[in-house]
Amino acid sequence: MDWTGVGISLLKAFLVFFGVVNTVPVLVWAERRGSAFIQHRLGPNRVNIGGFTLLGLVQPLADVVKFVWKEDYVPAHANRAFYVLAPVLLLVPAAMTFAVIPFADDIVVAGRQITMQVADLNIGILYVFALASLSVYGIVLAGWASNNKYSLLGGIRSSAQMISYELALGLSVVGILMIYGSVQLDDIVHGQGEHLFGFLPKWGVVTQPLAFILFLAAVFAESNRLPFDLPEAENELVVGYHTEYSAMKFAIFFMAEYMAMVTGAMLIVTLFFGGWQIPWVESAELQAAVGAIPAALLQLGSFSAKLLFFLWLFIWVRWTLPRFRYDQLMRLGWKMILPLALANVFVTGLVLYFT
Amino acid sequence: MPIDPRHVKVLKADDIIREHADTQAWWKRLYLPAVVMGLGVTLGNMIRNLLKPGGLPTIRYPEERRDYGHRFRGRHYLKKRPSGEPRCVACMMCATACPADCIYIVAGEHPDPAIEKYPVRFDIDGLRCIMCGYCVDACPEDAIAMTREYEWASYEREDFIWDKEYLLNWRDEKIVEDGYQPYEGEIDKSRMSRGTL
Repeated sequence: MDWTGVGISLLKAFLVFFGVVNTVPVLVWAERRGSAFIQHRLGPNRVNIGGFTLLGLVQPLADVVKFVWKEDYVPAHANRAFYVLAPVLLLVPAAMTFAVIPFADDIVVAGRQITMQVADLNIGILYVFALASLSVYGIVLAGWASNNKYSLLGGIRSSAQMISYELALGLSVVGILMIYGSVQLDDIVHGQGEHLFGFLPKWGVVTQPLAFILFLAAVFAESNRLPFDLPEAENELVVGYHTEYSAMKFAIFFMAEYMAMVTGAMLIVTLFFGGWQIPWVESAELQAAVGAIPAALLQLGSFSAKLLFFLWLFIWVRWTLPRFRYDQLMRLGWKMILPLALANVFVTGLVLYFT
Repeated sequence: MPIDPRHVKVLKADDIIREHADTQAWWKRLYLPAVVMGLGVTLGNMIRNLLKPGGLPTIRYPEERRDYGHRFRGRHYLKKRPSGEPRCVACMMCATACPADCIYIVAGEHPDPAIEKYPVRFDIDGLRCIMCGYCVDACPEDAIAMTREYEWASYEREDFIWDKEYLLNWRDEKIVEDGYQPYEGEIDKSRMSRGTL
């Protein structure tokens, strides 16, 4: 058995999971302080360790301590088994999606080829969609098991919303799959390394601008972020499906939401913004110039920079736009995004056929 | 005032239909132009605030205080005679005027015949007090006044019953400025009989 290979795989899985989980508190911090400055406030800046507030970054630590020590309460008449199961069902798909995202080009170290993704599955993007559609079960189950009418309404809304937008999500990607001719994310990123007309990077957003906008809207809806956060809708449903959850169970819902955000941003970067590709720099040339590992680190940096921008976009949009009304949400999903996505697939097919 | 007919816009049915159709244009129903404009507004606000955090309206409380007016009605204190005794003569005027009924006075006979009475007990219930300042207005002896002190949080309800000793002496421990006083400046006794003060 190839123990080195297993070790490398485990290390990659650990590093990716570790990185993503630690993105969550930073995102919470960015969300709170960013929103504060957008709204002429200061945000959390008092919690400190020995006088160091680190711009408020100590606050998430204090939050974690609070979550751990809060009473873990199960409401009366709640379905206990499902109630406990729901947060797990939401977190696990959110944490598994990162497995197929490529973070850098394959490198060859000591004669061994190492792919910079946890699992190079040949079904690629389909795996992501399959897992993303699982997360709706967690939300519906949480709403159902809580024995609370607001939670139930939140769960029902989320199921309707996620089913509607999953269609748009899948259809808007079809154009990308047609152009790059693969469902494997690694192949798609490699395809985006080429150039159009000699100078324009052949990124997804250049070849499929309409698909990018539709995909962006659908990802916002899938991750239940404003302006599509109807499952939570603070001023209508308390906080929707996780109203009855406290302590670490609530924290898990929170983490799952932010991890879904990270997944969405990673997908946008990978499919439409060239993934780890550095514009106008060929991966092979870079590896030849600076060595394999520095090249991989540079590409990881490129990926992270793009990722951070889209994570910020999520936060930025949340504090800009009001929530959609339910019928507006459905109208946008079924009457605007879906036909446009279909038309996009059709036009892309025509263009590919005649060129 | 008659309306100038030139300023009246008469809406015809066609106009209304056109305006409605305008808001229903397909690119407006995609919401994108409005979304981008909104994002510009919020980003502009954020950048302005990040560059100039001092311009934020937030008062960073323990380090910064709101500048209240000099007639702010904070916690009361009892004024002293030169001898250190309270100026209060236990006339019950403040307790009578108090709308919250938070002042409790027990009067005693003073050995000095010129003073007649003094308060054996003078308690104010800080949790009942509504900080209206009527006791200060009512006092004929200028014996009770208010300060600008407003930080009196405590863990025990008993700490909010301020007795005579406390009201006389708490300003020795904490330096606070005078708040609402019965008169501004020196009292001109000659004007009092003419009822102008």
